[in-house]
Amino acid sequence: MKTRYAHGGDEHIFVEIDEEMSLEAFFKSLTLANSLREKNIAGVTEICPANASFQVIFNPDKISPDAMLKELKDLEKSLEETKSIIDTRIIEVPVFYRDPWTEETLMRYRDRHQDPKSTDIEYSAKINGYNTVEDFIEAHSSSLWMVTMVGFVAGLPFVYQLVDRERQIEVPKYIRPRTDTPKLTVGYGGCFGCIYSVKGAGGYQMFGVTPMPIYDPKQEISYLKDFLVFFRPGDLIKFNSIDRSEYDEMLKETDNGQFEPRIRSFSFSLENFNKDMDGYNNILKEALYVN
Amino acid sequence: MSIKVIKPGLSTTVQDLGRPGYYHLGIPISGGMDRMALRAANLLVGNNEGDAVLEAVFMGPELKFIVDSVVGVTGGEMVPKIDGVAKKTWTSFEVKAGQTLGFEYLKHGARTYIGISGGVDVPIVLGSRSTYSLGALGGLKGRPLIENDKIPIGLARKNVKIGKVVPEKFRRQIVGDLIKLRMLPGLYWHRINDHSKKTFLADSWGVAPEADRIGYRFQGGNKLEFVDRKQPFGAGSDPSNIVDGCYPYGSIQVPGGTEPIVLHRDAVSGGGYFMLGTVISADMDIIAQLQPHTVVRFESVDMNLALKARAEQNSLVSGLFSIFS
Repeated sequence: MKTRYAHGGDEHIFVEIDEEMSLEAFFKSLTLANSLREKNIAGVTEICPANASFQVIFNPDKISPDAMLKELKDLEKSLEETKSIIDTRIIEVPVFYRDPWTEETLMRYRDRHQDPKSTDIEYSAKINGYNTVEDFIEAHSSSLWMVTMVGFVAGLPFVYQLVDRERQIEVPKYIRPRTDTPKLTVGYGGCFGCIYSVKGAGGYQMFGVTPMPIYDPKQEISYLKDFLVFFRPGDLIKFNSIDRSEYDEMLKETDNGQFEPRIRSFSFSLENFNKDMDGYNNILKEALYVN
Repeated sequence: MSIKVIKPGLSTTVQDLGRPGYYHLGIPISGGMDRMALRAANLLVGNNEGDAVLEAVFMGPELKFIVDSVVGVTGGEMVPKIDGVAKKTWTSFEVKAGQTLGFEYLKHGARTYIGISGGVDVPIVLGSRSTYSLGALGGLKGRPLIENDKIPIGLARKNVKIGKVVPEKFRRQIVGDLIKLRMLPGLYWHRINDHSKKTFLADSWGVAPEADRIGYRFQGGNKLEFVDRKQPFGAGSDPSNIVDGCYPYGSIQVPGGTEPIVLHRDAVSGGGYFMLGTVISADMDIIAQLQPHTVVRFESVDMNLALKARAEQNSLVSGLFSIFS
């Protein structure tokens, strides 16, 4: 990993921790972004952590781009080691895979897809070496995932699969992006999963849909009353496969304000995860379901 | 107090100077795309520079006033009319209760700012009244105006004068000729080869029909060629892909190397396309006034020039203040 600093015009500095994705790069990016936030530098208006990079937005009338760059480089030097434990949450996200709404949508965009004869999930299962879509869904919903970026549009989480690299799901994005994606679509592109927080354009493969709202500009949903965006970088996700009747039931619950997502606190150790990834997945599942 | 929307125009939104602080969650700054024109519209009608105004793109709305108000119209040139009688742009005028404010067709520019004494008084969400349509946030119900909307208006300051004028030098006019957008190369500039670095800056780029508050797409230049590399893990297979990262406002991404997109105030906050540089802050307002098919050229500048241009822009803003203070 070699950090690269780049000016984005006169108001931004882009800090790339690594060209490729890894949890190590994410933890370093998050650590630097958080330490920068703690420094409260006058003129800094936004600090945006991403998967393996972060961005600082500042007012160059208050701090010059050179001075800002120096602050960032000094911060990196002063950082003895990356914080490898984060206090976070594990959240269960129910997913209705192969739902009729994303299927209807994907059929409208077959001419923009690598494999017009398959659905997105059939294609993704095939190129990742799964014999059946059921096996693929099992792989997608049995491992844990970490939110490594929130953005693109309001409150959309990018999630990274917590298994060794050989087993990570990887799929290309659509050849040309769609102009439509149903709200709360569970998608995939490159090595990242995502949940589309709002309806709109998108280029990720579509696997299913969750009944659980994750962005509420009206702040009416019980668990979004305090803040309109649900996910934060570092959150852990466990997808849970549900069928149509369970989906309808949960949707009814979210509509009448009774739905409460399953959330548990957890202190995630990168070191322990790296020592035994499968074992650590089991610890995470236990923390989510046993207590 | 309110104004009734008879016709909404093509896409008219409530905007102020924006909502910084939430870009890390994918919520962009929003706010007027042409900030200078937005400030002028406010100052003309005795408001604070950052009060909320209406931003109308390509076609003006038709608004029925319920109380006597002072109005100022700036930015893209659309002549305002009161009950059919033409008024001057960049000049404050009175609209009486019961009268209707309409607009002639757009003569030049793209976005017109309608300042109303007292300011548009929709609720403040996360520190701003600006509309972010994609996230259904802010503005009037999180969306552009529609027919029969009632736009709440704040209490006007006393003694707001009519006949105030914004001097010529503060009025940006995008007319004819080739427009230059100054950009600082960087970010992933190294991903394209030397030949493409030259063609990108030499080519003429026309504004594509997909040009909105999120970003402006350009077309007509040469396809960019990439420096060969093995794609990093997680980036995706296309040479224009990167591991999804943050997008600066004004950053220029070129998906597939074909059509550059400059992100604006409702920017998507991040994604997986390389960016070859960033339009400097001083030139962001210009983009707001570009119509489809307008031809631009990107001009490479260094940081010193970018900061000099910013200082000039700042002194223009102070100049505007001193006239109205």
